[in-house]
Amino acid sequence: MNNELLNELTFFVLAIFVGIEVISKVPTILHTPLMSGTNAIHGIILVGAIVIAAGASSPVNIAIGLVAVILATTNVVGGFVVTDRMLEMFKGRQAPKTPESK
Amino acid sequence: MTIAIALAYLVAAVLFILGLKQLSSPKGARNGNFTAAAGMVIALLATLPLLHFTTAGVTIILIGVAIGGVVGVVGARRVKMTAIPQMVALFNGVGGGAAALVAVAELLRFGEHPTFTVAFPSVFSIVIGSVSFAGSMVAFAKLQELMTGTPITYPGQQLVNGLLAAAIVGFVIAVLAVASVPFSFVSLMVLALVLGVAFVLPIGGADMPVVISLLNAFTGLAVAASGFTLNNFALIVAGTLVGASGSLLTKMMSDAMGRSLVSVLFGAFGKVQAGAAAVAGQEGRSVRSASAEDLGTLLAYSRRVIIVPGYGLAVAQAQHAVRELADVLEKRGVEVSYAIHPVAGRMPGHMNVLLAEANVPYEQLKEMDEINDEFKNADVVLIVGANDVVNPAARTSPGSPIFGMPILNADQAKNIVFMKRSMRPGFAGIDNELMFDPKTMMFFGDAKESLTKLVSAVKAA
Repeated sequence: MNNELLNELTFFVLAIFVGIEVISKVPTILHTPLMSGTNAIHGIILVGAIVIAAGASSPVNIAIGLVAVILATTNVVGGFVVTDRMLEMFKGRQAPKTPESK
Repeated sequence: MTIAIALAYLVAAVLFILGLKQLSSPKGARNGNFTAAAGMVIALLATLPLLHFTTAGVTIILIGVAIGGVVGVVGARRVKMTAIPQMVALFNGVGGGAAALVAVAELLRFGEHPTFTVAFPSVFSIVIGSVSFAGSMVAFAKLQELMTGTPITYPGQQLVNGLLAAAIVGFVIAVLAVASVPFSFVSLMVLALVLGVAFVLPIGGADMPVVISLLNAFTGLAVAASGFTLNNFALIVAGTLVGASGSLLTKMMSDAMGRSLVSVLFGAFGKVQAGAAAVAGQEGRSVRSASAEDLGTLLAYSRRVIIVPGYGLAVAQAQHAVRELADVLEKRGVEVSYAIHPVAGRMPGHMNVLLAEANVPYEQLKEMDEINDEFKNADVVLIVGANDVVNPAARTSPGSPIFGMPILNADQAKNIVFMKRSMRPGFAGIDNELMFDPKTMMFFGDAKESLTKLVSAVKAA
């Protein structure tokens, strides 16, 4: 086992504990926004999609890269925007907006 | 990896953790989302200098980001608040698909003989990512009502799913031990996609939030696995954070429903027996229904009213109407509060989001533990489009599929007003004794129209 893999495993294990610890005090009412927020964070796969797309030259790689970038961007952009839309509503009463007509 | 990039990834990881932390309080939550988004931007920008772009690479990245960006923004902006759960499912699914594709591309790059430390996480990511993608799409279709929300079961289903899983394990071993011919990845992906579909089909609409949460955690793990393949710390840390917190969130959700995760995933909710019981239960029994005028008077001269909102309210887009009713009641000096069951709506917290959209004051929203002792002091409990969360069967009949689920003590109020479209049973598909309670009055109709009628009736009283 090389050093880099060892480092990666360390990060992996520590991140498990941090991930559990950091949300253990979340009130029930924020579960949906939180799920949506974590959903946006795994959009980090866009970094991976860009890495594999960057050097693409064969048709297969180009196709895979393109689809991966589209899917990952949808995940990250949609995830953050929809989370923001939910949380926007928690800001309270002091700024009454004009009610949307539906 | 150069030091600068490593440091940037470290900053991004810290921002993700801080963001999750901030998301845990209503005040800081919105900032938490921005914090996490900032972490994402830093991680993305830090990655770019590392890469050697081909012309084709630059082109597909630009096109892909443009398409994905437009789809993401438009989808997230246009979606109705009631459709949030399926939107989360959709965004989660595409993330899982992306993780699987990244792993495929990486394995192809390594060619014939990838080392075990590359092949193992790649194969893991392909399987889990594909299951998450296909499963999320089925969850989306069920919640969007593109297909039936009831569990789809057939004899020997567990066996078929078990065989599918076994076939995947067999393929994984073949891929790892034998050779990385492209054909085997394709078969693996197809099998995993089929398993994803087969896995979610037998799960009913009511349990879908738990499944989405679980698949969210799956995608996190698939992303982390892709990170191991690419030796990318940002992917490993962020993916693992999501995998771990998503797993805990999944457990919290199924706990709130009073069901073990195993029974959610493999129980198929005994729909046949429950359906039969519902029919038998309704025979020869009558319910009391009331007019808007009667109810308006009752409400107007109450001191304490507790509103129990449920998914029916969300479907009818009645959150503004319910606020209006609460406003006219408060003007007359009636004390109004909302009792929010942990799984009201279709996800924990979903109902709070909807009511917040209608500017319902945050302080009036009471969680179950906080309000359950107050029902006995309430003059009227107004149940708007909720059903299973007030079903006394959860306390009294051990045979019921929802037995053991914590419920709101609506039956202890002096008067119970049940607003429903029809006598149809709720998501769990079982009969509700509360409707036949002598204290209960039924008020049938679309939640929004009914509430509007009540508002004028209260004004007139």
